[in-house]
Amino acid sequence: MWIEALIAVTLASAFAVFLAPNKVAGKLAFALSLLPLVGSLWMYSTYEASGNALLEGSELAFETNFDWVVAGPYALNWHVGLDGISMPLVALTTVLTSLALLASWTPIDERQSQFYGLMLFLEASLLGVFSALDFFLWFVFWEMVLVPMYVLIGVWGGPRRKYAAIKMFVYTNIASLVMFIGFIALVFGLGDSVTTLDMPAVAQALRAGELGSLGPVGAETLKVAAFVAMFAGFAVKVPVVPFHTWLPDAHVEAPTPVSIMLAGVLLKMGTYALLRFNFTMLPEVAQNNAQIIALFAVVSVIYGAMLALAQSDLKRIVAYSSVSSMGYVILGLVAYTLYGMGGATFQMVAHGLISGLMFMSVGVIYNTTHTRMVSDMSGLASKMPITVAVFVAGAFGYMGLPLMAGFAAELFIFLGSFGAFAGSVWFTAAAMFGIVVVAGYLLFAMQRTLFGTFEVETDYEVGPAAFHDVAPLVVLILLVILLGVDPNIFYGMIQDAVNPLVPAAGGGV
Amino acid sequence: MAVELPTWTALGPALVLGLTGLLLLVLDSINPNSTNRGLLAGTATLGSLAAAGLSAWYLFAGTGDDPIRLYQDSLVIDTMSLFFAFVFASVTVLVVVASYDYLRDHSYQAEYYALVSLAATGMTLMAAANSLAVVFVSLELASLPSYALVAILKKNRGSVEAGLKYFLIGALSSSIFAYGISLVYGVTGSMLLPDVASGVGSTELTGVLGIGVMMVLGGFAFKTASVPFHFWAPEAYEGAPAPISAFLSSASKAAGFAVAFRVFTVAFPVEELVTGATAGVDWVLAAQILAVVTMTLGNFAAATQDKVKRMLAYSSIGHAGYVFIGLAALSGGNDEFVLGASMAHLLVYGFMNTGAFLFIGLTEYWSVGRKFEDFNGLSTQAPFACVAMTVFLFSLAGLPPFGGFVSKYFLFAAAVGAGFWWLAAAGAINSALSLYYYSRVVKAMWIEDPSGEFDIESKPVGLYAALAAAAIVTVLLLPGFGPVWQFATDAAAALVA
Repeated sequence: MWIEALIAVTLASAFAVFLAPNKVAGKLAFALSLLPLVGSLWMYSTYEASGNALLEGSELAFETNFDWVVAGPYALNWHVGLDGISMPLVALTTVLTSLALLASWTPIDERQSQFYGLMLFLEASLLGVFSALDFFLWFVFWEMVLVPMYVLIGVWGGPRRKYAAIKMFVYTNIASLVMFIGFIALVFGLGDSVTTLDMPAVAQALRAGELGSLGPVGAETLKVAAFVAMFAGFAVKVPVVPFHTWLPDAHVEAPTPVSIMLAGVLLKMGTYALLRFNFTMLPEVAQNNAQIIALFAVVSVIYGAMLALAQSDLKRIVAYSSVSSMGYVILGLVAYTLYGMGGATFQMVAHGLISGLMFMSVGVIYNTTHTRMVSDMSGLASKMPITVAVFVAGAFGYMGLPLMAGFAAELFIFLGSFGAFAGSVWFTAAAMFGIVVVAGYLLFAMQRTLFGTFEVETDYEVGPAAFHDVAPLVVLILLVILLGVDPNIFYGMIQDAVNPLVPAAGGGV
Repeated sequence: MAVELPTWTALGPALVLGLTGLLLLVLDSINPNSTNRGLLAGTATLGSLAAAGLSAWYLFAGTGDDPIRLYQDSLVIDTMSLFFAFVFASVTVLVVVASYDYLRDHSYQAEYYALVSLAATGMTLMAAANSLAVVFVSLELASLPSYALVAILKKNRGSVEAGLKYFLIGALSSSIFAYGISLVYGVTGSMLLPDVASGVGSTELTGVLGIGVMMVLGGFAFKTASVPFHFWAPEAYEGAPAPISAFLSSASKAAGFAVAFRVFTVAFPVEELVTGATAGVDWVLAAQILAVVTMTLGNFAAATQDKVKRMLAYSSIGHAGYVFIGLAALSGGNDEFVLGASMAHLLVYGFMNTGAFLFIGLTEYWSVGRKFEDFNGLSTQAPFACVAMTVFLFSLAGLPPFGGFVSKYFLFAAAVGAGFWWLAAAGAINSALSLYYYSRVVKAMWIEDPSGEFDIESKPVGLYAALAAAAIVTVLLLPGFGPVWQFATDAAAALVA
């Protein structure tokens, strides 16, 4: 019952904060968010599980499974549990939420109790997404994320917040429906061999080849169609080029803490779902079309990086670089090797930490200078050395410097995808070139904003940031370095869960 | 500890509601000029709470497992009638609690509460009616107080006009309905629904029977505000006091469906009239057309409104279309699940739709205004009420994590399971469309900047309590959908077995 407790405590906290007066809401929310944080770290330290949650022969941690709605063929189960893929993401969610709440104290200056309540509500939904193992339950949490996100961007965002919020809502909601239809088509295609929406049951039936035809649609066509529907649905969330256009708008308009959650955790929902649904349930479709998927991945990497290079808004640069980084995850997944899939999962966590760090430092810079335009500032290093140091460290992490989390992740992905399928050498090489572009735009931006003589075109006094603004940055950079130095903190757990998916290791099909 | 009660006590929920109405009239005649509003509202609340509690107790105790027939079979107490009694009684609780504040400065308070209780009695009897005569009488018992309630704001022209319109169309529909009953009686020689069923199989007058069945269907279309008898609904819902709009669009509509479900499954069985060897009256086809036309028309009309209450009125027509799937997808071999899904949706709808109209009641109380723009930035002043409204609207649209999501999911899944995937598709597309106009309200409340000054100095306790209760139940119905689904499918299985 630990997962239920985690979600329930977070929801109860959200409610308490919503009712609290504005003055204390921020501190109360941070204090209450320590409960799920400590809880998830405790779960992490006692984690004992083996195998992949969706496949046979696995032992899940903190699993509960009981009837929710019985009667007839429409049974729903309450089924939650964690394996090596979801446990790190649950921990990432609680860590980033607490830090994002801390980073909200300065920028959020109106309707605080509502803001913090919604942030905690968001956290509860995210925890549900990463732990639910019944499709219906999972979908409930998946859609639950949208509601607070819509309001958070729409109320506390920048000048074009209404446009960005609605665009985000419409894009991702339509994507969810497309995905929903794809998955439900599979379940109906399975006919009587599964009677629930239990994800492990569906995955095992699909891998055992029990898919029949659905009306006039044959099994093979159905598989491909469902794969495409689910891929399209998740690709919007990731986002993969060309489904990415909602993301920069949402990021730029969202307040800093929301950007942190968006880049740090929400995008991972997309890749997590791709791994759980597309790549686990329909592996042969993925493998047969590896080149097409890899093309999406590589285009996202290169195009995202190119777009970042062309931006003059610091936040937009970081936003587009997320498109680029998530492309690596797709490349790692489609490789179907231990390193590729493990690296992809590792990259989800690593990118969560690093992008959170980057958005947070951009937010701190904005709080002090009240501008984000690269052309408006230079020489910040002399005025706010700690923030700038962390920013530089984060950028190095983004570039994949050794001994940082990003390096380990990308190394695994490239090792795994190199030679994994026909033509993969070229795709990997092209993706590796992306790193060069990433380094290019980050160094270029840093050189212009952080170094040189100090000059900022703003009426505000520029000085060191407050302690509560810098502290989360330091925590994050320490975590990034810790994971880079000792990837095995997560990697063993991840490998154990992705191993059964890999054909060469005896899993797969 | 088994408690043996006399069989007439199975009618408890209806009796309690009816006695509450009478008691209110007595209270009023003892002291006609009483200003003790608390006593009146309290009596009505206690009465409807007791009725809701009784029906829930009976449901869980299994009273309806073996149907109890009373008064020479003209009333039947089974799982379905208890299920709907619970829906009506709980909506009544919400409505009377909210009315306490809404009626602050109005006259005719005792009459108001008495009429609400009597209308609820009529609805409860509708769900238990086992004879066409009882159907007609109970339908009138539910309708006549409703006409008066819509027009109870005597100094408000909109209210009076709405009441008149509602009354005229209601009278017309009643006469059509009564004529339909007489034709059915003429063909089958009985008013009792099971006897009608045995009569329709052997008749040769399929033409007369067909006209009769269609006229009966028309009567139900009026009560459920379905096309083509829907056009009274936007006017009546808009003109009526908001709690009455809530009452009519939730409870009264559910009553119409309850009786339609029973009459059409028991008296006009599908295998006799639609799919059997002597089939001649395809009312399932008629229901399919009604379902799709009603949901589409309701949703498109709702999308073009500029007043929130009117939008909700049209959206409630759209919801009638979804519920019609329960009748429209019969004959697909999945009967108990489609019918059960419709009933379950009505229960969830009872809370979310009542809540949405009660929120409108709150804004009328504050004189916020009627248009979408008037709601701009309301959340800065009344965040708690706006959260509740957001819950209702997203639930009506069928978004997780609210009760409306799970009930719509079961409704559409059951339709697909019955082979009517196009009904489910029409429902899903309409649902997606509905998100557009529902989210307009959410956007106005939360995201737009306040356009005018609100004058919100008081937070009425009754309205807030009703809103909070409705919102909490709407959320809890998602995790707690299990028993609802269980009772609904049991009720449906008893009907179509």
